[in-house]
Amino acid sequence: MNFIKTVSLALLGSTLAIGGAAAQGKTVKIATEGAYAPWNFTGAGGKLEGFEIDLANDLCGRMKVTCEVVAQDWDGIIPALNAKKYDAIMAGMSITDDRKKVIDFAGPYANSPNGFLVAKNSPLAKMPGTGEAYNLGTQKAAAEKAIEASKALLKGKTVGVQGSTIHSNFADKYLKGTAEVREYKSTEAHDLDLAAGRIDAVLADATAIIGTLEKPEFKDYALVGPSITGGMLGSGVGVGVRKGDQELKKSFDEAIQAAIKDGTVKKLSLKWFKIDTTPST
Amino acid sequence: MDFGFMWDTFLQLLSGIPLTLNLSFTSVAFGAVLAMVLALMRMSGIRALDGFARAYVFVFRGTPLLVQIFLIYYGLGQFRPTLQEWGLWVFFREPYWCAILALTLNTGAYASEIIRGGLQSVPHQQVEAAKACGMSGFLLFRRIVFPIAVRQALPAYGSEIILMVKATSLASIITMMEVTGLAAKIISQTFRAVEVFIVAGLIYLILNFAITRIIMAFEWWLSPHLRRPSTVEPRLEAAHV
Repeated sequence: MNFIKTVSLALLGSTLAIGGAAAQGKTVKIATEGAYAPWNFTGAGGKLEGFEIDLANDLCGRMKVTCEVVAQDWDGIIPALNAKKYDAIMAGMSITDDRKKVIDFAGPYANSPNGFLVAKNSPLAKMPGTGEAYNLGTQKAAAEKAIEASKALLKGKTVGVQGSTIHSNFADKYLKGTAEVREYKSTEAHDLDLAAGRIDAVLADATAIIGTLEKPEFKDYALVGPSITGGMLGSGVGVGVRKGDQELKKSFDEAIQAAIKDGTVKKLSLKWFKIDTTPST
Repeated sequence: MDFGFMWDTFLQLLSGIPLTLNLSFTSVAFGAVLAMVLALMRMSGIRALDGFARAYVFVFRGTPLLVQIFLIYYGLGQFRPTLQEWGLWVFFREPYWCAILALTLNTGAYASEIIRGGLQSVPHQQVEAAKACGMSGFLLFRRIVFPIAVRQALPAYGSEIILMVKATSLASIITMMEVTGLAAKIISQTFRAVEVFIVAGLIYLILNFAITRIIMAFEWWLSPHLRRPSTVEPRLEAAHV
């Protein structure tokens, strides 16, 4: 009897030990798009780089797990998460109600407005509202008034957006019928078409536009229009995890909070975006 | 599997069919003309023309259509000043025409080989017989060579048309909202990839089923000599016994 008790206790002890070790040394596979500079992109050497790659490495250090960041096309990034191809998404993905129906989010770890990228010599460069900030969630009327004002100039123009994003939803809701909206697979693709003159403006996240403006080919372009956040544009950018993966969500949440508190998020944001995108808590 | 959702998706995807068919048939029509020219160049016996057609087929058959679309759309987009000077930018500005151009150049290469095969399969005796009857040149081509060649090439050409219908799905990468483009958009709104792609696949199946039937009917109409005279035959067999 005593012997059995000892053995079972020993067995119990060893299982607990293994369980603990597994949680610590676990590998978390994180998907990113790899085509959304400066959030995440494929650098000159073919390696993934950007704000989210640096942040993922920092968060994984805090969570004491090994991380593997993989590239995945934006189109299928949520279905593939739910198909367990990886465990988390860090791809500049805004936390929206629609997405929350299918996945959970940890965070947010960033919050940035949208804006228009246009040529400096185009009539659109005089778009009203440039430099003004509105929250579509809390100041809906004022924000929609600002959008209306910018629409007058966009009449009959062609606007490029990345498909499956908050920006394409925004364009569907506010620009349809005013401008022709074209959907691209990546921000790189609509930037190319803007440079080629096929479209008159790009509607995207301000950080992505700032990243584009760094390139020498875009020296004659500018970020214009009102800076809009909130509402259908979501409540910041977060880490997407499968519904029910509460343990991972919790450890990401804690790590993000810690990284915001000690200024790491701000440091990385200034490094990659030149502006502070730390979400207000 | 949510059938109500799939039905809604089906109805939404129907609006992409006109563009899918438009891209397919416009490019197949232009491609057929191009293919005919290329096939005749190959068979002309003139070295330069033959060499050009060979090189063309080699390049367009040997590179992926996706790469061709990217090169024509994004690649040529970088040469806007030159294209504007030549007055071609109006054409290359539009994603629709870039898609048509890429699909046409591609199908032209494949179809020219199919047509060449058809033309070469025309039995020599029939050409000789026609010549003996006094036909030559275009008359010989129009009355004897071309009809026989078309009959021979049709089954392979039918496959090419079906391949083109499926190839139009690549146009969605240059912002064309055909069936696949719409499917991707619906997936982005609903995150239900499996159901949406099943419905999209089903739509292509229906389209291609209709196309195969039309080609089969055309084949039947072109080959009266292969049709079995149904009422006469049993009697003939009986007579042999």
